[in-house]
Amino acid sequence: MTQVLVLAEHDGKTVRKATLNTVAAAQKVGGDIHVLVAGHDCAAAAKAAAQIAGVAKVLHADAPHLKDELAENVAAVVVAIAKQFSHILAPATSHGKNVLPRAAALLDCQQISEIIAVESPDTFVRPIYAGNALATVKSADPIKVITVRTTAFDAVAASGGAAAVESVAAPADSGLSSFVGREVAKSERPELTSARAVVSGGRGMGSGDNFKILEPLADGLKAAMGASRAAVDAGFVPNDWQVGQTGKIVAPELYVAVGISGAIQHLAGMKDSRVIVAINKDEEAPIFQVADYGIVGDLFKIVPTLVEELKK
Amino acid sequence: MKVMVAVKRVVDFNVKVRVKGDGTGVETANVKMSMNPFDEIALEEAVRLKEAGVATEILAVSCGPVACQETLRTALAIGADRAILVQTDVELQPLAVAKLLKSVISKEQPKLVVMGKQAIDDDSNQTGQMLAALLGWSQATFASKVKIAGEGAEVTREVDGGLETLSVKLPAVVTTDLRLNEPRYVTLPNIMKAKKKPLETLTPDALGVDVTPRLAILKVVEPPKRKAGVKVADAKALVDKLRNEAKVI
Ligand SMILES: Cc1cc2nc3c(=O)[nH]c(=O)nc-3n(C[C@H](O)[C@H](O)[C@H](O)COP(=O)(O)OP(=O)(O)OC[C@H]3O[C@@H](n4cnc5c(N)ncnc54)[C@H](O)[C@@H]3O)c2cc1C
Ligand SMILES: Nc1ncnc2c1ncn2[C@@H]1O[C@H](COP(=O)(O)O)[C@@H](O)[C@H]1O
Repeated sequence: MTQVLVLAEHDGKTVRKATLNTVAAAQKVGGDIHVLVAGHDCAAAAKAAAQIAGVAKVLHADAPHLKDELAENVAAVVVAIAKQFSHILAPATSHGKNVLPRAAALLDCQQISEIIAVESPDTFVRPIYAGNALATVKSADPIKVITVRTTAFDAVAASGGAAAVESVAAPADSGLSSFVGREVAKSERPELTSARAVVSGGRGMGSGDNFKILEPLADGLKAAMGASRAAVDAGFVPNDWQVGQTGKIVAPELYVAVGISGAIQHLAGMKDSRVIVAINKDEEAPIFQVADYGIVGDLFKIVPTLVEELKK
Repeated sequence: MKVMVAVKRVVDFNVKVRVKGDGTGVETANVKMSMNPFDEIALEEAVRLKEAGVATEILAVSCGPVACQETLRTALAIGADRAILVQTDVELQPLAVAKLLKSVISKEQPKLVVMGKQAIDDDSNQTGQMLAALLGWSQATFASKVKIAGEGAEVTREVDGGLETLSVKLPAVVTTDLRLNEPRYVTLPNIMKAKKKPLETLTPDALGVDVTPRLAILKVVEPPKRKAGVKVADAKALVDKLRNEAKVI
């Protein structure tokens, strides 16, 4: 029987959008969908999960040692309830990637990472080689353990559902690791992976200060801000802005690449955007091979005029 | 403290990979191969721990065909003291690699295992987490800073919302993110020295590990290609296109 578990991504009070994309992937698999909300003092998040369209049941594991959702303890919860499921899905976020392979190994299952399509309940499509090839893979494991590329599945509605919430016991604290602290980058902007538009800067920006000229552009487009690895490495902007093979995968309606050459590792993270704009002074830059609209020229001249034009 | 580093031989990150005509995989014949970039970072971290007097011995391990010896020689040139090749021609998937590494670890007893967060060929991002699970060890993935302190390590991790710091008990598995360090270049004298360092070969059979793939690869295809668009003269023309043609603003 097909019964799918989705590991929710939440902040204790609300459920993050990545969960909705993952439930969408679960619907493609078929069967009953259960959502696991593991954390501490996260009853509100469990309630929110129960509203998600298409969810049959919410499993709520609440314990002090689940507070910071450490991989060892969350994987233990997943493993404890795994046997009733044919599929276990998590979004391919830093959290899902951290926890799910640990659970998969304990279940002796070979995880299928970052699927972009469900062909059948045991067959999935996933990108390999930075998205330069797509592999169709068939799993022989009794439980299919899967992370989901969120940009490949349209989110289900956050409301409309009325699932029952059931408490599940959490296995004891592993005691293996403990949480020390967190530096959260605060921003008023939309979240990078779910924004409708993204404005990214690269090494061509020259400095962190110069990124300020992208802000009015992002304001005008109601966009999130991103960056190439080179810009992050140079310390211009925080690490969680990185778009690419080893950073975040985005697929907004509009992606604006400013001073980014378009290395394959960067393209891997944004080439599924609907409309791509590139601004680069080098007309040979590979970014122009994927851009719908390109402007060749000095970004320091073009960006301010673009901001003005958008206001008109 | 003994530190083990897992290194994978992959198609070099600069190669534009091509899908094979028969759809069975990507072309790897006559293609430049290198150490997975994240594993270079893992090795660099281990070497720095040794230079700081924290690590006493660095063991590099690779699993795969005999050609992985080359990758291990590079590891030895960067600063590993010894190397082990677990040799097999079977296509290895992360769970199998984790099992092989676990078996090596039960003999070698390292205090710390450092590996890449992701191999740039299969882009799985699984093996470190799986290894930690099989060993019952703590894990710290996507590390951008590692500080060893007594029986534990404090690790800063790159996560979606920013940075997170964990304190993990040793032994532990740490997987590296790009900003952990900048790997050094190998020098000719060190390449010469590496030739004399010990490289041992084992097999999955000898380790008692079944490496049969769990995932069957049914086909590999090229992704749909984007067609290059148009160049526009200036910002005004761009806004016009975005408004009236793409209708995205
Ligand atoms: C294992 C691995 C993983 C990686 N993962 C990622 C990843 O996830 N994401 C990622 O982005 N990269 C990644 N990279 C790095 C990638 O290979 C490139 O090095 C990087 O994307 C280059 O960033 P860039 O385009 O900003 O810099 P550059 O390649 O230096 O390009 C800068 C561009 O700015 C233009 N420019 C300069 N000044 C101006 C100006 N005044 N006006 C207009 N244009 C200007 C230049 O013409 C140039 O095209 C990875 C690399 C490795 C090895
Ligand atoms: N065949 C292998 N031999 C040695 N190490 C490996 C192998 N496969 C994966 N690894 C290690 O596991 C990390 C993550 O790989 P993956 O889970 O395949 O993305 C790599 O960066 C290596 O450190």
